[in-house]
Amino acid sequence: MTSERTPGPQVGRSPPRREARAKLSGRAPYVHDLVLPGMLHGKLARSTRPHARIRRIDTAAARAIEGVHAVLTGDDIRQLIPQPYHGPAFHDQPILALDKVRYAGEPLALVLASDPHVAQTAARLIEAEYEELPAVYDEVEAMRSSAIVHDVLKPAGTFPDLKHLAGKRDTNVALDFHLRRGNAARAFEHAEHVFEHTFKTQQVLHLPLEPFVSVADPGERQLTLHTASQSPSFVRIEIARLLGWPENRVRVQVPFLGGGFGAKVYVKLEALVAAAALIVRRPVKVALTMEEQFYTLTKHAATLRIKSAVDAEGRISARECEVWWNGGAYADIGPRITQKSGFTAPGPYDIEHVSIDSYALYTNLPPAGALRGFGIPQLVWAYESHADMIARALSIDPLAFRRKNLLREGRAQATGTLMRDAALDTVLERLAQRMRWDEPFERGSGSVRRGRGIGIGFKASISPTTSVAIVSVSADGSCHLLCSTVDMGQGSDTAMAQIAAEVLGIAAEDITVVHPDTDVTPFDMATLGSRSTYHMGNAVKRAAEDARDRLFALAAELGLAPETTPIPEIFRRKYGMQAGNVVGQGSFVPSYIPTDHASGQSSDVTPFWMVGATGVEIEVDTETGQVKVTRLVNLADAGRTVNPAIVDTQLSGAAIMQLGFTLFEQIEFRSGQVANASLADYKIPGMHDLPPLIENEAVTAHEHGGPFGAKGVGESGTFAVSPAIANAIEDAVGVRVTALPITAEAVYRALRASRGEPLAQ
Amino acid sequence: MSTAQRIIRFTLNGEAIAASVAPHENVVELLQRLGLHGARESCGQGLCGCCTVRVDGLAVSGCLYFAVQLDATCVDTIEQPFGEDGLDEVQQAFAQCGAFQCGFCTPGFVLMSRELLAANPEPSEDEIRHYLSGNLCRCAAYPEIIRAVQLAARMRRARS
Repeated sequence: MTSERTPGPQVGRSPPRREARAKLSGRAPYVHDLVLPGMLHGKLARSTRPHARIRRIDTAAARAIEGVHAVLTGDDIRQLIPQPYHGPAFHDQPILALDKVRYAGEPLALVLASDPHVAQTAARLIEAEYEELPAVYDEVEAMRSSAIVHDVLKPAGTFPDLKHLAGKRDTNVALDFHLRRGNAARAFEHAEHVFEHTFKTQQVLHLPLEPFVSVADPGERQLTLHTASQSPSFVRIEIARLLGWPENRVRVQVPFLGGGFGAKVYVKLEALVAAAALIVRRPVKVALTMEEQFYTLTKHAATLRIKSAVDAEGRISARECEVWWNGGAYADIGPRITQKSGFTAPGPYDIEHVSIDSYALYTNLPPAGALRGFGIPQLVWAYESHADMIARALSIDPLAFRRKNLLREGRAQATGTLMRDAALDTVLERLAQRMRWDEPFERGSGSVRRGRGIGIGFKASISPTTSVAIVSVSADGSCHLLCSTVDMGQGSDTAMAQIAAEVLGIAAEDITVVHPDTDVTPFDMATLGSRSTYHMGNAVKRAAEDARDRLFALAAELGLAPETTPIPEIFRRKYGMQAGNVVGQGSFVPSYIPTDHASGQSSDVTPFWMVGATGVEIEVDTETGQVKVTRLVNLADAGRTVNPAIVDTQLSGAAIMQLGFTLFEQIEFRSGQVANASLADYKIPGMHDLPPLIENEAVTAHEHGGPFGAKGVGESGTFAVSPAIANAIEDAVGVRVTALPITAEAVYRALRASRGEPLAQ
Repeated sequence: MSTAQRIIRFTLNGEAIAASVAPHENVVELLQRLGLHGARESCGQGLCGCCTVRVDGLAVSGCLYFAVQLDATCVDTIEQPFGEDGLDEVQQAFAQCGAFQCGFCTPGFVLMSRELLAANPEPSEDEIRHYLSGNLCRCAAYPEIIRAVQLAARMRRARS
């Protein structure tokens, strides 16, 4: 490449996001905006029962409304798709309820009309007769309940470790993950100290401000889906499977997403609009309301029991964890969360004897899935609260306790995989410095008491997963980058352009990034689990290298100097005019060795480790229980940062989201019914919830397998916020909260109980 | 539902407009019909600010405001162009500070920030938080948004 085309390093600088102008002038495209000629709007009627057999669905009143084009039920869908069940782990979720409903709010019937108001009015007139069944809501009860959510388990076949569950009856367990290292039972017998605590987390909502929306357009040969999806390639494969079609007859296009956070992964509305559009032979759009998001996907509530053996010097010698994940009525990716998060359930500590049992449970609540952390924030909540409780009981400083037990580079983690490029120590030490941990701390006075707390967590990445990218160089030297990573706000378009530009020696701004369109952009597993920078980043780097190598080869073939000839000259010499393309392709799939089913051991469970730590300073009002976070410090190992400014926003954005999950967000259920399904009753963090001081730092680090040393960071900021706050509360006022959210009421109750004056429940 | 249409006339981003609207139609629906997608319905309760538009200089929630109420008003939306490159100081400052992520809530924040700076050219951080507290950003780009409003205030002062 010529020197004038080398604008300096592209990775490690912070060009503004390429979509800035479009988003700031209201012109960035979202599926929300899409209107197609002849399009019908679909509105859903939903189950009013948490668990019941469907005797009859009465759609007559809805059909009688003027302007209603059609009303579809599960039986109509079954005419088109004989087995209309989908899901990434289990084929358990019907497109519309069939035979029975498994949660209150489950889609029951779809009304189609040109006017969405007409469809909505008609949908409200649909009634069903039910035969009620006993229901189960609690994840621990679901282990032994006689209420069985699914009569028979139907694993999708994609995950080898679910095969043993095929055809299983009379169980709500959708996956059991076990890990055994050393001999925990014996270690507990000889332990100096044994600590055991149980923690709980609540259901919360992703609540992207763009609610779920999908449009299906049935063409002559192809069905096109325009969908707010984080996983266009998965959607294509799953819709093609349901229809019995080849992949190339389904086209999935994704513009920008108005937030995803794990909600918009796998199939959500896509199968519904696809089936409806094929039945009525017109384009169909289904756009959910904010309320309906509460009936679509939540984050797993979990019960976590954790027990540690600790020696006289404060070293953890054994740890036992049992985790029950409340997956709701359909498994979604819950079994994967159960397994992958199980890998790191003992925390970032060097523990000789470990025993982990992690269970994915079906219950009669709305389905739960991935939410910015893939189970890790729930686990860190438990093990980092537990860490402080042990340290306090042994009168060891919480930081010193962590230093003493921290997993170091090159040591084997609980799965047996060696830790490599996980900057746990650097992150912990930088956190300690930023918190000025060894300096005296102002403790407040009167009814306002101050405290501080820390937490550190880590995560194994999703593996093995595939990404493919294409870089196309035009005859004037300009480039297109084709990749199916979805930019849902995390800035992937900008970061991927920087990676390609670094290889090609051009400015990132000069690359056009083509948004996901499965007819055009190649396969990518999905945009989830902070996997894109590493996986797609590597694929993009390889595609750009391939394009560069082909250009150089072409130049050499023409007798031109590869390194110095301007690109347009190479094309002109080859094609006689401004014509032609050079196309480079790259794919990436990391190595992975499946864990042994009985022991959970593997020497290669993850291509990279993510590390996130949080420190907080807080004030507790002892008269009201109100907790105010006055300083929030977010640390992470993101490898070498591709775009430092975007990494910064990802860190604080994730931490503020987790602040809401920690202090106030909670989906409230009454007998299986969501009681607060609106933004008026379910509060998310706003400007006034922002801590006055927020600091972010991605420590200096390098990931050997990442593109230019980079790795993912989108979830890291969530990991340790909750335990850091609970630890700070105990530091401030001496009470321990073990269930989320930590509301003022919860703190006040704990304060009263600690004074021997407990409040009535 | 009644579908009796009514003709309304109003000024949209400086241009005179006539539109036939249904009684139940809200401002967001009307604007979408007119090809303007920057004001978006999200919560449907006037709590998130994604549907913000300005009617006679005052910010309103387009999801709770009936289209017929626009008759004889002046409406400004995020699509209103400014200056040579189409962006005003607030938009330029948001771009420079990376004060957005997914972008769905961004038009509302820009319009409210513009309104704040028109009334208060040198807002304190507390005043910024207070004025923007009716807008929600689930990606939580709040620290960047505060910095962007401060930068925009400096840019406006430098211009005048």
